[in-house]
Amino acid sequence: MKKNVKIRIAYISTYVLFLVVSLILGYNPGKEITFNFISFLIYMLKILPCAFILIGLFEVWVKKEVIEKHLGEESGIRGYAWVILLAGTIAGGLLVAFPIAYSLYNKGAKLSIVFTYIGAAAICRIPMTLYEASFMGVKFTAIRLLVSLPLVIITSILLGNYLTKRNYKMAEGK
Amino acid sequence: MYYTYTITGLVLIISFIINKQKTLKAVKIAVVKFKKIFPTFITMLIFVSIILFLFPDEVISNYLGNSSKFISVLLASFFGSITLMPGFVAFPLSGILLTKGVPYMVLSAFTTTLMMVGIITFPLEKEYFGVKVTVIRNIISFFIALIVAVITGILFGEIF
Repeated sequence: MKKNVKIRIAYISTYVLFLVVSLILGYNPGKEITFNFISFLIYMLKILPCAFILIGLFEVWVKKEVIEKHLGEESGIRGYAWVILLAGTIAGGLLVAFPIAYSLYNKGAKLSIVFTYIGAAAICRIPMTLYEASFMGVKFTAIRLLVSLPLVIITSILLGNYLTKRNYKMAEGK
Repeated sequence: MYYTYTITGLVLIISFIINKQKTLKAVKIAVVKFKKIFPTFITMLIFVSIILFLFPDEVISNYLGNSSKFISVLLASFFGSITLMPGFVAFPLSGILLTKGVPYMVLSAFTTTLMMVGIITFPLEKEYFGVKVTVIRNIISFFIALIVAVITGILFGEIF
């Protein structure tokens, strides 16, 4: 067995043991941690299966050439617009953004576009933005978007170019 | 939640009608990918459950409401970076803090780091991007959030 797997089994069993003992003894912090774990597990199960099914469909239906053309090395400014639009309409935040970004990359999207996607998925999902504005006011949300989005694009281009020069490759087979 | 399932279901059905083989392959890809990354999600959940226990909403509210503006911005970006909160929890919380007199710039630092910086999602991000890039991206995001907070502060007249 690999070392990583052993470590993982060790801390997961310690964690579970701690929770079980806490529940039996009625130890409050243990109960609260169990509650947090379950509520976040439910939250993730609400979005993750859908996200992965859509990623699967994306992988079989969308041709590599299409992504290369629109989001690849030759894509230009339009590529950023496309990817921000895509990020804006997909729910789930960073959790879902990483696997999607990974699929985009494997289909030929360039790194600066991949990073823009992640940034945009974090800050400008349309449903979330509307929700935010309803609590914080339109001015607050507008400032946040108008300041952060250009910074996300600029830093993504810088980071993307830097990594491309250094022949960076994303992990394989995830 | 229902609308994500409804849309995914519809897309899946349409895909199945057009091409059965491809759709089955897509589902297979989805299952394989999900299985591979699932242990990392569990690791992340363990972190989340402990961090949220150590820093519950009340503690965060308390800190953000009771310090000087600039310390609050720093605290807010710290809390935003280490916790994970869905938007439907974070924005109502920020709305309440706003009515309690917490400055916009503090809430901006909090919500922006919450969305962009993920110390809790580190194990997940690193699986795809590697440690180095994950660290760089999070540091960049942290500074973007600070810039956003400062500009928010200026435009709401909280700094000058």
